[in-house]
Amino acid sequence: MTDHFEDLHDAEGLTADEEKLLDELGLEGESRRRFLGQVGAAGFSVFALQLIAEREAHAAGEVPLEPAAERLPLENAVKVAFKVNGEQRSVTVDSRTTLLDTLRERLDLTGSKKGCDHGQCGACTVIADGRRVLSCLTLAAACEGKDVTTIEGLAKGETLHPMQDAFVKYDAFQCGYCTPGQICSAVALLDEAKRGEASYVTETTGNRPAKLSDDDIRERMSGNICRCGAYPNILKAIKEVHKGEETAATWNFAKPGLLDKEVDDETV
Amino acid sequence: MRPFKYQTASTVKDAVSAASNSEGSKFIAGGTNLVDLMKEDVERPAALIDVSRIDLRQVRSEGDSVVIGAMAKNTDTANHPLVRMNFPLLSQAIFAGASAQIRNMATNGGNLMQRTRCVYFYDTSMPCNKREKGSGCAAKEGLNRMHAIFGWSDGCVAVHPSDMCVALAALDAVVSVEGPGGKTRAIPFSEFHRLPGNDPSRDNTLENGDLITSISIPKNKFAGNSYYLKVRDRASYAFALVSVAAALEIAGGKVKDVRIALGGVAHKPWRAKKGRGVSERKSCDK
Ligand SMILES: Cc1cc2nc3c(=O)[nH]c(=O)nc-3n(C[C@H](O)[C@H](O)[C@H](O)COP(=O)(O)OP(=O)(O)OC[C@H]3O[C@@H](n4cnc5c(N)ncnc54)[C@H](O)[C@@H]3O)c2cc1C
Ligand code: SF4
Ligand code: FES
Ligand code: FES
Repeated sequence: MTDHFEDLHDAEGLTADEEKLLDELGLEGESRRRFLGQVGAAGFSVFALQLIAEREAHAAGEVPLEPAAERLPLENAVKVAFKVNGEQRSVTVDSRTTLLDTLRERLDLTGSKKGCDHGQCGACTVIADGRRVLSCLTLAAACEGKDVTTIEGLAKGETLHPMQDAFVKYDAFQCGYCTPGQICSAVALLDEAKRGEASYVTETTGNRPAKLSDDDIRERMSGNICRCGAYPNILKAIKEVHKGEETAATWNFAKPGLLDKEVDDETV
Repeated sequence: MRPFKYQTASTVKDAVSAASNSEGSKFIAGGTNLVDLMKEDVERPAALIDVSRIDLRQVRSEGDSVVIGAMAKNTDTANHPLVRMNFPLLSQAIFAGASAQIRNMATNGGNLMQRTRCVYFYDTSMPCNKREKGSGCAAKEGLNRMHAIFGWSDGCVAVHPSDMCVALAALDAVVSVEGPGGKTRAIPFSEFHRLPGNDPSRDNTLENGDLITSISIPKNKFAGNSYYLKVRDRASYAFALVSVAAALEIAGGKVKDVRIALGGVAHKPWRAKKGRGVSERKSCDK
């Protein structure tokens, strides 16, 4: 490092930019010293090498993937044990970690999506203790003892959940980003209706809503935004599962022979 | 988000004493407002005390009132037979708010305590008297289409976003609070939230460490003649441009009592008192 560069560093050996970054991360005083200590002790390249070695070992099925964070002393570590898709899991997280980040980054369950991270889109919807909730506004620390179901936990082995089947049948998505949240939400919605829960557009109160109208399904699904606008087909899919009566699919996967035939027809 | 200590309280006493022993701490219940504000660096608690597991989740009849627990979820409250039967207005108002997912997470206490706010309150690069005393109010010259019509001050023109609270204002609810040293208070709903005046930083009259334990609603005869109407930019899942909780008590073809409260128009749920004088005792054609 040249003298010229050294001039840019402060007492902690940081550049003004690094200084600003740490400020933005809210790292001050003790937590800042600890962070710098950790980085300094290992050095970024050592960190990276360790991670790569771990990943390879994991791929070879040797050790469970344990993020570096697990070994470093976290400033506000919280140990949480909860069920995810029927399996008991236990993780130690920084108190700031959301359930969404824990599922995606720590438990390798990337089905739940991060759309807005602010409770506005529903892409992160999961079912906790039988209720649909937003995993982006749920602190993992608050999940002790909970029973969480994500999109990965809906199918039984190779058999899709009826709602998943219906989404495929009605082509209820385009890019698919909102879909895991839509499906979790729809599954929970039908349970809510079964329990006789009302909504803003349910006209009678105090009665079991026997049948959800289209408007009622729309209202109850309003917490799930779809940028691709697949709403009409999402509605059809939910309606079918709700009614339990099959209706003809609007499209089908092409069968191998069918494609060949069309090509032949064209060349004739 | 800034680092914070996290702890769980299992009783009201635990929660209140934890709050008085831990500087810069905040209660967290459903987290739907607080976690969001912490992500934006608007709220910066040094410690969170999770109160959602305190056993204050019941909805029960008590004398002439129905008492709803502070930790009961918005969804469970709106669906409870006692609420649906006695105060369909409250059920409707809760269902008009947020989304099913958020109502499943949100607690009644948290709903009352959600911040009166506007887009500039969330944007730490903009001046906002509510977020930072004396910094100015960006909404005055900026986006303020949904802002206050009544009771605003030069300091702040933001509105309280809750739908549930508009119904509670119309229904003359009373908020029970326990504070440091186990002191309890019962606050009439109209005195719970406050107007901005020259201190917009405070949305309500609670002091640090005060925990809402329950909300009690006197039984009434409005059930058959009440409605919560919410006008918004899209059909659902949007804050109110304006909303109205209206309730009539009708006896012998005459209006005996009228309650009107407005949402989205002021720093607090707005009880329209004039409406009463005008309409009471008028006969009505049902
Ligand atoms: C995208 C989005 C849309 C929304 N739309 C609407 C809407 O249309 N209508 C509407 O009404 N609301 C709406 N909301 C707001 C929602 O209703 C509130 O966030 C919710 O009610 C807050 O409850 P909570 O339990 O999650 O509170 P938290 O976020 O846990 O807490 C909020 C505040 O209350 C304090 N607190 C919590 N419990 C207590 C207690 N018992 N005693 C004292 N203090 C306490 C906390 O310290 C914190 O300061 C929306 C929210 C989001 C994210
Ligand atoms: S209206 Fe209130 S909350 Fe909005 S910028 Fe002004 S002071 Fe802040
Ligand atoms: S990512 Fe959670 S609501 Fe958008
Ligand atoms: S399918 Fe693309 S966002 Fe819904």
